[in-house]
Amino acid sequence: MPAASTDKGSSDFTSSEASFPASDLEDRSRSASKNSDSDHSSNEDSGISLHDGDREPIEEPKSEREARLGRCDEIEYAKKRSTRVKDDDDDFIYPKPDAASLLHQETAEAPWITDFLVSFSYMVKFFFARLSEFLQARGWIKCHGHAETWKHRDFVPIVGGMEALFIRNIYRIGSDAVNRVISSVPGTVMTMPQRVSHDYGWTYEFSGVEQTVMNMGSYNYLGFAQNEGPCADNACEAIDHLGVASCSSAQHYGSTSVNRQMEQLVAEYLGTEAAICFPMGFGTNAMNIPALVGKGDLVLSDKLNHTSLVLGCRLSGATIKVFKHNDVADLEKKLCDAVVFGDPTTQRPYKKILIVMEGIYSMEGTISPLPQVIALKKKYKAYLFLDEAHSIGALGRTGRGVVEYCGCSPADVDIMMGTLTKSFAAAGGYIAGSKRLIDHLRVKSHDGVYGMAMSPPVVQQVISSMSIMMGKDGSDEGQRRIKQLIRNTHYFRKQLKKLGFLTYGHMDSPVVPCVMFYCTRSLHFIRETLNRNLATVGVCYPATPLAKCRARFCLSAGHTKEQLDWALNVCSQVADISNTKYGMQEAAKWRNVDIVY
Amino acid sequence: MDSVVIPIYTTIVSVPYYHYVLEGLLVLVVVFLWNRRNRRPRRPQLTEEEKEELIRKWQPEPLVPDTPQDHPALNPKYVDGKMGKYVSIEGKDYLNLATSNFLGLVGDERIEEVAKKTIYKYGVGSCGPRGFYGTVDVHLDLEKQLAEFMGCEEAVLYSYGFATIASAIPAYAKRGDIIYADKGVNFAIQKGLQASRSQIEWFEHNDMEDFERLLKIQAEKDLKNPKKAKVTRRFMVVEGLYLNSGDLCPLPTLMELKWKYKVRIFIDESLSFGVVGSRGRGVTEHFGVDVTDVDMIMASLENAVASTGGFCCGRSYVVSHQRLSGLGYCFSASLPPLLTTAASEALRIMDEEPERFDHLRSNGRRMLEGLRAAIADTLFYVQGDALSPVFHIKYRSDDVEEAEKKLDALVDNAFEKGLALTRARYLVGEEAFPIVPSIRLTVNSQLTSEEVDKSLKTIAEVVRSLTKK
Repeated sequence: MPAASTDKGSSDFTSSEASFPASDLEDRSRSASKNSDSDHSSNEDSGISLHDGDREPIEEPKSEREARLGRCDEIEYAKKRSTRVKDDDDDFIYPKPDAASLLHQETAEAPWITDFLVSFSYMVKFFFARLSEFLQARGWIKCHGHAETWKHRDFVPIVGGMEALFIRNIYRIGSDAVNRVISSVPGTVMTMPQRVSHDYGWTYEFSGVEQTVMNMGSYNYLGFAQNEGPCADNACEAIDHLGVASCSSAQHYGSTSVNRQMEQLVAEYLGTEAAICFPMGFGTNAMNIPALVGKGDLVLSDKLNHTSLVLGCRLSGATIKVFKHNDVADLEKKLCDAVVFGDPTTQRPYKKILIVMEGIYSMEGTISPLPQVIALKKKYKAYLFLDEAHSIGALGRTGRGVVEYCGCSPADVDIMMGTLTKSFAAAGGYIAGSKRLIDHLRVKSHDGVYGMAMSPPVVQQVISSMSIMMGKDGSDEGQRRIKQLIRNTHYFRKQLKKLGFLTYGHMDSPVVPCVMFYCTRSLHFIRETLNRNLATVGVCYPATPLAKCRARFCLSAGHTKEQLDWALNVCSQVADISNTKYGMQEAAKWRNVDIVY
Repeated sequence: MDSVVIPIYTTIVSVPYYHYVLEGLLVLVVVFLWNRRNRRPRRPQLTEEEKEELIRKWQPEPLVPDTPQDHPALNPKYVDGKMGKYVSIEGKDYLNLATSNFLGLVGDERIEEVAKKTIYKYGVGSCGPRGFYGTVDVHLDLEKQLAEFMGCEEAVLYSYGFATIASAIPAYAKRGDIIYADKGVNFAIQKGLQASRSQIEWFEHNDMEDFERLLKIQAEKDLKNPKKAKVTRRFMVVEGLYLNSGDLCPLPTLMELKWKYKVRIFIDESLSFGVVGSRGRGVTEHFGVDVTDVDMIMASLENAVASTGGFCCGRSYVVSHQRLSGLGYCFSASLPPLLTTAASEALRIMDEEPERFDHLRSNGRRMLEGLRAAIADTLFYVQGDALSPVFHIKYRSDDVEEAEKKLDALVDNAFEKGLALTRARYLVGEEAFPIVPSIRLTVNSQLTSEEVDKSLKTIAEVVRSLTKK
């Protein structure tokens, strides 16, 4: 058994010390496969030969090893890592993706029977939702929820249609699993007041009991959600010097010297000429895209783009075309058509074309194929808007996002957008790029004129955490966090696969969705994990396609191996109860693979 | 078998032949029409070479145009320190008449103490949207506090003021609905209206006759098409205190129209919250309107409350709908806890020290009267309500550029004399209606009457010197 590499600050456990023995695990997987109601086929067979036997560390020349590291296959990974564990910690090699791994990421389709059953279950839900609305309207059953006042009886109902039906009758049933309240810092361990509902989910009351849970739901990738340490101290100092708010927009009197310092730091971190920051990540997209494109322009938007991007594009007035998620061929076809044929309604060529996509997709865990898109963008002279909301800090050898991770140049991405909320545990968003672009935004951004400037302690948090990531504090704390995150990611993803979960997304992405298809099952899963003190996120329709409900884990640099082992154990137990191990076929490949932290 | 086949056969034979000819023609016509419908305007077939040629030839516009480097937004005055009553710029203190710190809560020690304590309990960011473990207990406390403060059933907290207004409107108004909006509404409302994709009917600023005229036109249309009228939601969107003009909305008349024409009313109280009304509850308190009759009040916490974020409050039936359909609520990270508790503490101070509202009002009145006297007999004039803490100084001229120059000169000269004023900035071309250039002057409750008089004197001096030229 190889010894796990020791990392400063991380635990030096070997895989044999995992809390659940392999045999037990196999038994469980067998029983799960027996119980599984639908025979789920894995999306594609990667066709790699498994070197079951050679788990012994293999000595091989370093250059060859590095060359092999270019290949990005999960199972190869496992082996590579087991060969690598003898290396010194200083020899840490950040994974480098290859084209194939980016172009073929797992987003398995449900088999038709599951699809049908999920649709059927929604049909049943909608039928009963309609029925109960009908009975309530006639006063035959009592509605526990809020009703419109008598005074407004002659008005057209303010909420109505399918949306209200869904919220009032279907979403409400599962509302205990979302919107959970926390009463501590959203670190890796947090406290959560327990609540009860006496009226079927319409209102909640706190029972006065607090629960301590492990947090795998917050976007705390680098573990900066801390209520102590230099970041917190600096933020408090910022309040002493600069106050809590400025009550002015950037174009009036809201530009403070600390704002300027932050923007310069962001630009330096990302390797761009300039950057501009805004107090809300959602607003950064929604309020700035209209300043970049307008009528007569074309926006090519990924199908799974975040709502803020969609809203920004819609507000801009440009023509919007959607390409299939991460599908470079589809993007090329649409780009080619747009350039060759122009706008079909006006019969004129487009003024400019903007490709809008994200670095890591928060619901799929997929990483965008940036090198391929950059090649296309250059060929067709389009511009690229990259939203690094989830990838900044979470990817790349020094945490500089998907651009660094893919080995691309920041100069090739025209508009680099990202949030400061997630990895840096502050709030807001940034846009970085050429000075020309940033100057334009300073003048034309809706936010700079009509929105308020960022709050100084939040600005200070960005400066502190980003300085740590850049090593400006003189320690290797930033590097340590990155190493820990990628290690946690690989370990957790592989263990999940081994346990038989069907995970989505790229091996290096710290967003790990586990597909459970049925909304009821994912709800059950997160309820039960919460009962066992593990906080995860369940995502159901309408945030995902109807038959692709899922539970999602977000890894953090703050998690330790013991925590992950514990969490995996909980997940496995719950999945056996809720019957949500949909990746048993894939798991067979992993059965004899030793997963080393 | 025969009993079925024979009758059919005889029927077929007995039908006259021209019948078949006609039916055949009919089928042909159907096929012809069907074909025509399916035929799309065909794209020219191009070879790969031709395509490549086109791709090579196509030159897109630059992503962004060049920006003149002397634009004020590129050369801002960087403020060091807190933006309180005085602001420090490059080591010199200026009396602040530019920011919306109406109640003087920026730099308040109680608020800062609470914010710091919050950092040591909750950290800075919340690291998630409200749905996914981003709801901290302090968010719920503030929502409850806001609802109680306003006398509403429920309040919904957003993480940014602009997004509050721009998301709340499209959460209710959808395609096919009608929104009546005042022509003087601020940009956030305009964006909300645009995002809703509803039919927008603009009425002249604070012109109730014009509004009623539009309502009457619609009422006639409804009579003709009652089926459609039954499902068409109607909203009116107004501001409590207009940011772009400093006027109050005529709320009692609006309420009358609401009940008469069954139009729901949304009020943006971003400016009036914590300012108007004897206890700072906004226009509903000022006019004595029952707050539960207003369908929704939206406000930002970035002006009088001196924090960040915004909220919507009203009846639970209405407001809670936003928790899933308000895009800026549902898909955005929640407000950082420290800003939440800062807002909570600010509300507490507002309740405990109602004299702040009186000071603000008396300062406002003094400033408005003083301004009117100071710039009388010049081409400058002032706009704003006596209750408003925001005034617009404008310049009477047909030439926009000349007016802008004069106003800029006023700002610059006043700055040299220790007064921080600012032009009201707009995105010209993005606004729905043309904007008259102005200086947005604000007062706060901390100003003493001497300071108001002194600044008035300065403004009068500068205006006189500008008029002489």
